[in-house]
Amino acid sequence: MKMSLRIRIALALIGLLLGGLYALPALTNLQGTFLGKVLPESEIRLGLDLRGGMHLTLGVDIPRGVANTMAQFGQDIRSEAQDDDIFILRPQVVNDVKLEFTLARGAQQDQLERLLRNRFDNLQILSKETQEAGQVRYTVGMTQAYRAHVEDLLVEQAIKTIRNRIDQFGVAEPDIRRQAEGRIQVQLPGLQDPERAVAIIGQTAHLEFKLVDDQADIDRALRGILPPDAELASMHTRNPDGSVSQTPIVIKRDTLMTGEFITDARVSFDQFNQAYVGLNFNARGSRLFERITGENTGRRLAIVLDGNVHSAPVIQERIAGGRASITGRFTTEEATDLALVLRAGALPAPVHIMEERTVGPSLGRESIERGLQAALIGGALILIFMLVYYSMSGIVANAVLCLNILLVMAGLAAFGATLTLPGIAGIILTIGIAVDANVLIFERIREEIRRGLTPAIAIDEGYKRALKAILDANITTIIAAIVLYQFGTGPIRGFAVTLSLGILASMFTAIFVSRIFFDFWLKWRKPGTPLSI
Amino acid sequence: MGLQIIRPDTRINFLKMRYGAFLISGLLILAGLLSLVVKGGPQLGIDFSGGMIIQIKFDQPVELSRVQQALQGADLPGLGVQRFGTAQDNEFLVRTSSSDLVSDEVRRDIQNNLDQNLAGIGFDIQRLEMVGPRVGADLRAQAMEALFYAILLIAIYISGRFEQRWFPAVIMAAGLTGGIAALRWLGLPMELLVVAALLITIGLCWKLKLSYALGAVVALVHDVFITLGMFSLLNKDLDLAIIAAFLTIIGYSLNDTIIVYDRIRENIRDKVDMTLPKVINLSINQTLSRTILTSGTTLMVVLCLVLLGGGVIHDFALALLIGIGVGTFSSIFIASPILLGLSKIADVDLEAEAGREADTVAV
Repeated sequence: MKMSLRIRIALALIGLLLGGLYALPALTNLQGTFLGKVLPESEIRLGLDLRGGMHLTLGVDIPRGVANTMAQFGQDIRSEAQDDDIFILRPQVVNDVKLEFTLARGAQQDQLERLLRNRFDNLQILSKETQEAGQVRYTVGMTQAYRAHVEDLLVEQAIKTIRNRIDQFGVAEPDIRRQAEGRIQVQLPGLQDPERAVAIIGQTAHLEFKLVDDQADIDRALRGILPPDAELASMHTRNPDGSVSQTPIVIKRDTLMTGEFITDARVSFDQFNQAYVGLNFNARGSRLFERITGENTGRRLAIVLDGNVHSAPVIQERIAGGRASITGRFTTEEATDLALVLRAGALPAPVHIMEERTVGPSLGRESIERGLQAALIGGALILIFMLVYYSMSGIVANAVLCLNILLVMAGLAAFGATLTLPGIAGIILTIGIAVDANVLIFERIREEIRRGLTPAIAIDEGYKRALKAILDANITTIIAAIVLYQFGTGPIRGFAVTLSLGILASMFTAIFVSRIFFDFWLKWRKPGTPLSI
Repeated sequence: MGLQIIRPDTRINFLKMRYGAFLISGLLILAGLLSLVVKGGPQLGIDFSGGMIIQIKFDQPVELSRVQQALQGADLPGLGVQRFGTAQDNEFLVRTSSSDLVSDEVRRDIQNNLDQNLAGIGFDIQRLEMVGPRVGADLRAQAMEALFYAILLIAIYISGRFEQRWFPAVIMAAGLTGGIAALRWLGLPMELLVVAALLITIGLCWKLKLSYALGAVVALVHDVFITLGMFSLLNKDLDLAIIAAFLTIIGYSLNDTIIVYDRIRENIRDKVDMTLPKVINLSINQTLSRTILTSGTTLMVVLCLVLLGGGVIHDFALALLIGIGVGTFSSIFIASPILLGLSKIADVDLEAEAGREADTVAV
């Protein structure tokens, strides 16, 4: 397969052109200029380790989400059954996945089971046992398929909610991805306030309205003696000095209403310039809130967020119009963030931060400067060395080396790959590999010349014999790079990408392009001129 | 002609030095192993063990002991403070080992303690990395898997492509995958699986007389072991970046080994009148200037990284420096002599292999 010199030159020029096409706009700022309009819009994306930002791995608490769904089923079954005059007692979630409840009158078994079959076909009866007084204790669970569906939905919803919140928080180019086992990866480049971001992303924001049990005795409740339908919670209040104090409060177990009906949440200020969060409900929520406030006028309504009571105002009158407010002596920032998470909706299940990596922007800048400086000095040393060691041929090696780096940059830009600090190390290693290819060829040519061959044959033999060694060597490195890409994360993938790109580029430049220079020289030299290698 | 470092007629008897080289390697491996045993295994960074690292930069010089004292009040289990980068950087790394920390609380805790105890000194939290125990375990398994697959694929590639013996290579691949699947089914941890994979690879190479693959695998295990031992001796943490460095070292070490092997095979074919030790010596000598040039230039660049690349990349570059140095040594003094040793013990006929190669080329 011997191509003519002219075709090879053309191919090399196409490579150079393509390289320049992608690398130029990525490396220089051409915006607004003529070139900027003509060239493809490419850029080298910098990894979080270079530009600064935050990387989070969140784990969705799927068992909790499943348990919440089951609890909701319990409520639904009870109210649906009630409409048919079937009475169900004590719905209760057991082991996160099973729902237990008692049918008050055993004679209604058929009726209940028909109801379950018709309207709750995602549930199956696991067991039932008849108790004294004719009551029947049922244990139900989700069907296998439905449970998988619920788990999948939980993660999808969590991603949607988190994306919503981040969009409102205002981070440019957030990257949110689903990973295996209910994990979510969130990348927030250039983030300035990681603490606040974590607070906003991680908050479940499950808002509930519950009645306060004013009859209950706090002292007895603290000792664990509670009415069966009540629970102990703590109420957060902010003191004038800014500290937060918690006081125990007994609230009813039943949730009257949740935050799912919220259409909007905004920060407002009362007459004492104290921030509070005003809520708007949708039509259904408005009706529900009106009924709740109408039925419970004079009692205290606890506003519970993620299990903590924020305020418990006395209901003065029936509230129509679909508005409510959460007061709790917030700072303005807290109120803003609370409004944000309420607007974006509650997470279907709590999320836990399993991994967090935050790099400040100044560190990123410093890393990039140092990495580039090291790369430039290392590269310059190699250029000088090759020139001294191989004289004229060294110039060829250096020319193709520069082309090599250009192609790696262009490759990064064209594939939209991310440049990371280990990626810079990969480029530097690539330089070593490209040099190795040239060294292998040149040393071989020298050997052949020493054996007394003419330059033309020596060059031919040198390339031919070195080629196999280079291929074997590079393929093993590519294997390592592929494995790295497959199993690595973040910066390491960046390393694998630059390494693979570098090897491919070096095969093209050090084997194909450099040969052109020699063939060109062979064609135009004066007969008898020795090869400068 | 340009410069020359190695004269073309250089004939160093490398094989004669092999026992000395084995001794040096043995001592290095032993020292590393001892250090690993004394310290109870490799020192895992937070990527694998879980925990938190916080990098803090002060705006004026502070003594290490003052930072340590200032953070005494913070309720952080396994707290460790060390200087990061050069003394002029005024940077410190704070580590905690606890598995269930909330990064925000730790951040606040550290901020409060520094504010109170080092009043008047400004600081900036430049980097915070928290890895939970579950993720740490997963990353550990992933890293082990990466090492495992790299070794598997490389062994197959060498025995197939390099020795032109794809059939034994396929047998080896099947044996290795089957053996590992069986062991995994038994529920062995990934660390043991990697060791088992190595032993199976070496055993199969031996049985199938894949001498080149065996020599190359032994050489790369040698390089990774020494680098691992050195890291333990230097009290450096093993993290994801270091595993990446290990894989690069494996690739590089193979590069070097393969180029020498390539020459050996070529010379066995061309110089039929030479004995095997002579062929090996000649081949190493012929490739010596290339080995020195390439390793020299690569080490030069990596050294630039170690010295100038900054703290974040320092350990990664250091691993490459050690690994590439050791890899060059092993391809000359370990991988090639092993070929000689194998041909004596296991009755491997390298010439026949070279002949087979010549046949396939002729076809």
